[in-house]
Amino acid sequence: MAASFTFGENPRASEIRLSVEQVSYAYSANPSQAPLFTLEATSFHARPGEIVAILGPNASGKSTVLKLIAGTQQPLSGRVLLNGFVTHSLTPRIRAQRIAMVQQESPLLFPCRAWEFVLQGRHPYSRTLHFESGDDVLIARNALAQVGAQDLSDRWMDQLSGGEKQRVILARALSQQPLLLLLDEPTLHLDIGSQVGLLDTLRRLAAENRYTVIVVTHELNLAAQYADQIVLLHRGKCLRVGPPAVVYQRELLEQVFQTPLAVESSPTGRPRVTIIPVS
Amino acid sequence: MRPLTFQGVVLRCGTLALVLFVVVVIALKLGAVPVSLYGFGLDLLHVLLRKSTELSSNYNMIVYDIRLPRILLAIIVGASLAVAGTAFQALLRNPLADPYVLGVSSGSSLGAILALIVEPHLALPLAFAALVTPVGAFLGAVATIAAVYFLGRREGQIDSNMLLLSGIISASFLSAIIMFLITTLSGRGDLRGMSFWLMGELSGALQPTLRWVLGVGFLLATGIIYTTASDLNLLLAGEKEAMHLGVDVRRVRLVVYIAASLLTALAVSVSGSIGYIGLLVPHVMRLIFGSDHRVLIPTSAFGGAIAVVIADTLARTVVAPSELPVGAMTALAGAPLFIYLLRRKFA
Repeated sequence: MAASFTFGENPRASEIRLSVEQVSYAYSANPSQAPLFTLEATSFHARPGEIVAILGPNASGKSTVLKLIAGTQQPLSGRVLLNGFVTHSLTPRIRAQRIAMVQQESPLLFPCRAWEFVLQGRHPYSRTLHFESGDDVLIARNALAQVGAQDLSDRWMDQLSGGEKQRVILARALSQQPLLLLLDEPTLHLDIGSQVGLLDTLRRLAAENRYTVIVVTHELNLAAQYADQIVLLHRGKCLRVGPPAVVYQRELLEQVFQTPLAVESSPTGRPRVTIIPVS
Repeated sequence: MRPLTFQGVVLRCGTLALVLFVVVVIALKLGAVPVSLYGFGLDLLHVLLRKSTELSSNYNMIVYDIRLPRILLAIIVGASLAVAGTAFQALLRNPLADPYVLGVSSGSSLGAILALIVEPHLALPLAFAALVTPVGAFLGAVATIAAVYFLGRREGQIDSNMLLLSGIISASFLSAIIMFLITTLSGRGDLRGMSFWLMGELSGALQPTLRWVLGVGFLLATGIIYTTASDLNLLLAGEKEAMHLGVDVRRVRLVVYIAASLLTALAVSVSGSIGYIGLLVPHVMRLIFGSDHRVLIPTSAFGGAIAVVIADTLARTVVAPSELPVGAMTALAGAPLFIYLLRRKFA
């Protein structure tokens, strides 16, 4: 039937939301000098509702990959497509309607309340000289509820604990109503309870709201428990992409992290990494 | 959750407009020659009701020709400096930034003086001649902010301390050049004195063209800055954060730098460098109304106007019949207030 020829016809192709295609990058302090850091061609794909963890030691290129996905940096070659659009070519406004970034927060110059902070996430939808509407307030309130932070609404941002602050920052990202949620080391400086709480929230949000979630992290075991896919980077090279069980090979991880490790299967069926002290 | 509404902004501005009105009425009354405001009001009413054709010469001269223009000038200068200060503080993410501290006022003064020196050689038509000072002041302001911005960077990032030090050093260097120029060219009648350029004065009469340039320029630049108010709110959290929330950082930065430099240049070309207004007024307004730029920008404009009208009234009355530079007055009141706010914040 002619009427059925629509773009969404191929279910497998329409399922891919984010494709990172042969993306590379080079950073040099001075254009005439050899680059200080290079990222070699990296590719992976992510579907709605999926959590992808980017792992690797320091200076392996994790944050660079995240910035390239976010579209705030232009790749040297290759491209990042979000629902078919090159993320780098979107205007900042449209980009912010589709991609939300949770990064290590910079200190606020002047204090503000949690609800004011969450309402900032509505900025990409506002026009010049816009004052927040009832809808904006509703969306912000809903975002706070989704991360279990309703009670923090009237608190000052600089008086929240690390875990509380991280939830409010996540709520701001949710109020952007994005397709893609990027998180740069979200569990840093959090206690174990807050770490698990945050990742459980992400898991639930990804499943319910069909976000595609990309997390850069150093936490091998948390990534193994929560991620659907692992992207393993080492010195600017993408070594392996796949489910945790495939990527978590003892020799591979030992070589990448330069540490003796043991990889076992945890009670949940996912791999578990244990460090083995050298002495 | 009670977000800011347009009505809220209007209400706050209305209150400040009322305060400004009261301050202006008092300022009209005070001065070397006593004036009965009741009599003036009655006279004005008669004119409005067309019972008489003109104000009695006494009020006409003192109030309409001398005090009112000076107060209007104080209003525009104060509002310009306060809005410029608010904008610089947001853009540079530095609560101590203002046109005076950053050296933009000094750069603007130097630009204006250089323009005045060059002007006789340009043979411009009279209408354009009046624009030479503001144009020179604007170029001086833009050049200074660009220089201070680049000197204030360390490893590609704006460094608060570097920035303020660069500003303060630029200000003192530029002031030295101004002193040199004014001293060498002291014979020329069209150059204002040292205290005008370094401390600020509101006593001079303005050419009509300059009045228009001042009024239109102020409204235009403030309007442009106001359209970026919500972007500035996000820029306070850092350029990266703002970018991820959909702010076109490069465009906003460029537009606001130019508009804030224009405001500084307009103020400097008619009143010299007046300090502390751009620094303090935004802080006081932030304490009262919060740090949302949609309310901070207009309330700072009113606050700056109120502050400069009061300062200028004091400057011309406390040592009457002689006069203090208005900048001396703002520094006398501003420095202790600033120390208080600083101690309070870090206590």
